[in-house]
Amino acid sequence: MQALYAQLLVGLINGSFYALLSLGLAVIFGMLNIINFAHGALYMMGAFVAYFLLNLGGINYWWALLLAPIIVGIFGMILERTMLQWLTGLDHLYGLLLTFGIALIVQGVFQNYFGSSGLPYAIPDQLKGGMNLGFMFLPIYRGWVVVFSLVVCLATWFLIEKTRLGAYLRAATENPTLVRAFGINVPRMITLTYGLGVGLAALAGVLSAPINQVRPLMGADLIIVVFAVVVIGGMGSIMGSIITGFALGVIEGLTKYFYPEASNTVVFVLMVLVLLVKPTGLTGRAA
Amino acid sequence: MPDTAVAEAPAKAASGGNILQVRNLEAWYGESHILHGINFDVNAGEVVTLLGRNGAGKTTTLKSIMGIIGRRTGSVKFNNQEIIRATSDKIARMGIAFCPEERGIFASLDVRENLLLPPVVREGGLPLEQIFDLFPNLKERLNSQGTKLSGGEQQMLAIARILRTGASFLMLDEPTEGLAPVIIQQIGHTIARLKKEGFTILLVEQNFRFASTVADRYYVVEHGKIIDGFSNAELAANMDKLHTYLGV
Repeated sequence: MQALYAQLLVGLINGSFYALLSLGLAVIFGMLNIINFAHGALYMMGAFVAYFLLNLGGINYWWALLLAPIIVGIFGMILERTMLQWLTGLDHLYGLLLTFGIALIVQGVFQNYFGSSGLPYAIPDQLKGGMNLGFMFLPIYRGWVVVFSLVVCLATWFLIEKTRLGAYLRAATENPTLVRAFGINVPRMITLTYGLGVGLAALAGVLSAPINQVRPLMGADLIIVVFAVVVIGGMGSIMGSIITGFALGVIEGLTKYFYPEASNTVVFVLMVLVLLVKPTGLTGRAA
Repeated sequence: MPDTAVAEAPAKAASGGNILQVRNLEAWYGESHILHGINFDVNAGEVVTLLGRNGAGKTTTLKSIMGIIGRRTGSVKFNNQEIIRATSDKIARMGIAFCPEERGIFASLDVRENLLLPPVVREGGLPLEQIFDLFPNLKERLNSQGTKLSGGEQQMLAIARILRTGASFLMLDEPTEGLAPVIIQQIGHTIARLKKEGFTILLVEQNFRFASTVADRYYVVEHGKIIDGFSNAELAANMDKLHTYLGV
């Protein structure tokens, strides 16, 4: 039974990363209509920025949680201003190819300098150790990742669904020309939204660093699953991405316990089933 | 057919100060040349209507003034400030509000969010109580999804949301299109009341019978040009011409 709970915890942790990353992808797709294949590379950059901050600047994990998303978010905004903005109105394929190219370049540069093996990033002292819950042993850092990710996801959902700024974002997703004609600087809002989505990826990278180590290909390993999560949840759906992210992490964890051979494919089997039954995803709307 | 100089004549006779001046306005959709040199003026406090057949260039004229059309040349002056090169968000912040033909109600927003969406660009916008006084239906439907409203209610919402912003110059694109006569009448009363409140309105209409109940002056648009213009007092005398222009 302990093994089942352990797998459930692993599932929840993976689900946290899936949720944070797919949430960023959903925000970017909803607003920019771009399938951001660079998301995995930006997640990796978040982890590396945390690593640099610690090893070059002596800046600890807690500051990295704040600074890495800002730094990578600014990098993302520069990408949007210099490259992605020119894709407005073009087929999705162009955005996918461009961001895929950016991902390859970023990963290639990091791989060139740091190789493929992982760099260690220590768990902060405050989150070391674990708790015996009676039915299982819970490493505190892993519990922190799940709770913090959930809080960030819900805060992002609240921002987009329940605030005036979120109303601007949702409206601009539907009709950016009209929203701009109301006096709102839509291009600037798009840039900031891309920065927000990228910042979420970088945040996931920082959270992941002490668990998975810091590796140039850490994002490439994850991004395909995250895209499957986004497709299952519904492209552009905020709550769909959060729920699906956590749910698929748990399903993956349970599969590891009950039928380990299928644990790497269960997400894709589910994706195929959802696409067959509801092509817009579980919570997506028809275009 | 009269030339544009004739079309400008009634504007000079109007009483309010000149608020909008459009000169040699040309506009393109991609390779298609839509406007071929539009000239007209709107004075403060007036309701001016652009009449014309489908595809004449009326909506493109409004969109060009609003800065929504990518390629446009000529001169558009609002309160003596040149806005031909300004982006649409800057134009909106100068006090011009646009209500599009398709109404532009956002499906992902409820009525309250749709109503509060356009930011207040300057003082002098109508408070919500006054807006609900104009459109009581909206108050009852505040929590409904914007696109679940009837066509008439959507039109009311589309007009209501720009009244909050403080914009003094409203551009309404075919506000009566597809609406029942009783709703058209209500829209007419609203426009008349807005005029009394001091708003300046540039209206695009195909329904000149409706327009005649609210407009001070008319311009006729054909093939991307203003081909005629007259005041409401001259409407009866121009009826035959108007029928020919509009093909009715």
